[in-house]
Amino acid sequence: MLLTIILFPLLGAALSLLLPWYQVRSWILPICGGFHLLLAGLIVNGALETGPWIGLDALAKLVLLVTSLLFFGCSIYAVGYLSLCRDRGNKVIVPCLLVFLSAMTLAISSRHLGLLWMAVEATTITSAPLIYYNRNRLSLEATWKYLLLCSVGIGLAMLGMLFIAYAALVGEGTPISLQFDSLLVGATSLSRPWLHAGFIFLLVGFGTKMGLAPLHSWKPDAYGEAPGLVGALLAGGLTSVAFLAILRAVQLMTAAGDGAMARQALLGMGLLSMALAAIFMVRQPDLKRLLAYSSVEHMGILAIGVGIGGLATFGAMLHLINNALTKGCLFLSVGNIHRAYASKRLSEVHGAIATLPISGSLFLAGFLAITGSPPFGLFMSEFTILRGIFGTGQVWVGLLMLLLLAAVFIGMGGTALPATQGAPVKLESVFKDSFLLVISPLGFLLVVLCLGVYLPESLQQTLRAAAALLEVKP
Amino acid sequence: MTNLLLLTVILINFFSLGSARLVACIRAVAMQGALLALLPVVVHGLSGHSVMLGLGAFCFKGVFIPWLLLRAIREVRIRREMEPYIGFVATLILGALTTAGAFIFSDFLPLAAEHHGGLFVPTALATMFSGFLLLITRRKALTQVLGYLILENGIFIFAVLLSEAMPLTVEAGILLDLLVGIFVMGIVINQISREFSTINTERLTALKE
Repeated sequence: MLLTIILFPLLGAALSLLLPWYQVRSWILPICGGFHLLLAGLIVNGALETGPWIGLDALAKLVLLVTSLLFFGCSIYAVGYLSLCRDRGNKVIVPCLLVFLSAMTLAISSRHLGLLWMAVEATTITSAPLIYYNRNRLSLEATWKYLLLCSVGIGLAMLGMLFIAYAALVGEGTPISLQFDSLLVGATSLSRPWLHAGFIFLLVGFGTKMGLAPLHSWKPDAYGEAPGLVGALLAGGLTSVAFLAILRAVQLMTAAGDGAMARQALLGMGLLSMALAAIFMVRQPDLKRLLAYSSVEHMGILAIGVGIGGLATFGAMLHLINNALTKGCLFLSVGNIHRAYASKRLSEVHGAIATLPISGSLFLAGFLAITGSPPFGLFMSEFTILRGIFGTGQVWVGLLMLLLLAAVFIGMGGTALPATQGAPVKLESVFKDSFLLVISPLGFLLVVLCLGVYLPESLQQTLRAAAALLEVKP
Repeated sequence: MTNLLLLTVILINFFSLGSARLVACIRAVAMQGALLALLPVVVHGLSGHSVMLGLGAFCFKGVFIPWLLLRAIREVRIRREMEPYIGFVATLILGALTTAGAFIFSDFLPLAAEHHGGLFVPTALATMFSGFLLLITRRKALTQVLGYLILENGIFIFAVLLSEAMPLTVEAGILLDLLVGIFVMGIVINQISREFSTINTERLTALKE
């Protein structure tokens, strides 16, 4: 079952290369996406599958479900989007998206650090052509930076993995293996200095991929130049996968009894990410770059949640879902606005609600959701994280986070409000909101809204189980 | 034998740091990759695992990737690395300093008993530092790719110490990822040269705050 869900997108990719019809090729995306979501639902509700190479625990289930839902929404949007961009073709983007989906699924379900590394690197390679979809100078620059920075980052993660294997070699008493379960079992006998070095390198490596400050420098460029649909998949899906990889390292450190050190490192990077993002969001003239900094901010919140532990970890798990889906809504609606105005800069974009009623409203609602306004799900998850922080007595961290959240709200509002409010603009393009282009962002927003009002019991259980995996003491 | 191999690897690091000719640099990195491919066999003896790993590394690092890069520069017709951010002599001195630092540093590392005093760990560190230096100090996209390759070579040296931890399939997958990564980078280099009619990355500065 698990193998099927990893392999069949590859089949879809091969099929899309063979078929000569443009529209049919586009439609392969939602078909594969839907099938993926169906399988993911079955797998998540089924029994836990574990094997030496691939398997799913509660954490992986959570990320798998989010990624699959996000991809399905984006694939519906893609049909509408690609029919507008006939001049740019879909012979590259469709197979790349499908291979990207397969690589993400493999990364989520791998139980071997080497396999995890391989899959994450494969996501970097397959997403590079996606960022370069627009084929202009700016997207080329963004692609080059993304490819080089992420490849070097992932190289460092590889070194981190080797250090952990070396910790087993020096520590003796554990078989030298990168199989995750056997590492967890023998974690206490790993040699400490090498384990710590390994953790730091894994954090830096996968942190680059996730976009934690100060390793986020590729993010505004890549998200800014990529099509909205790709931005949504990167900001919602890929960052969650990279976060999962970091959480594996945290799990290992916790099992070895050094969880406190790992948490402190995450807390520090999380606060730095929030602070840097808040600074760069103020007076940000570019809508997509604004969203990229918002992504940096929310990666920071995730890291803080896990860094605090306890209730905050539960909040962070919930926040992962909320952030991914809201980013999906925001990037897709900004994609529509960008297309209609032929610009994503504040100097040209204003009055979006009057001009594009649905996309403009979705963007405004998405902005309210992402900044944590009630009744959206992000309010609940951020509130839970804050409760966790104050509950553990770290009042200063809590106050700092509140302050930064307020700064982000003001900074982001300074760009998002003028872009959406105001008189309608006479557009030169004939772009209009169409069903395929607005249904997915609307769906994402509704899910986030539902999560803010009501958390189903089964989801709560999964979240609790996922958080518990990070708390295990030896 | 092992020490001779590793010393040659360090010499190649210096050569690629000091050379301005791109073709020579690519050949040097190819040579480094081919030498490193011998390492698993020399260290772990003739076994199915080490031979397969060595063969795979030789094909990818020694033959196929350099061939891809040589083809890329033939198409863009660029031969020399002009005006690096830091001069060649200065990078050589920096390279010498970091290599010396790597040797001193690895004496302090809590290594396993059988690796104490060996050349393995210092060479791995020195090679990684050289790769980083090349990445940071050069303007040409192609030299940056070479820096990335040297960085990966350094990691490979460390990986040979632990090759029992990595089943063959994983290693094969990692090598394949590296290959495809370089392939995509090669395509991007071509696009850069077509768009900007140069492969200098300093032109890639339109995106900033």
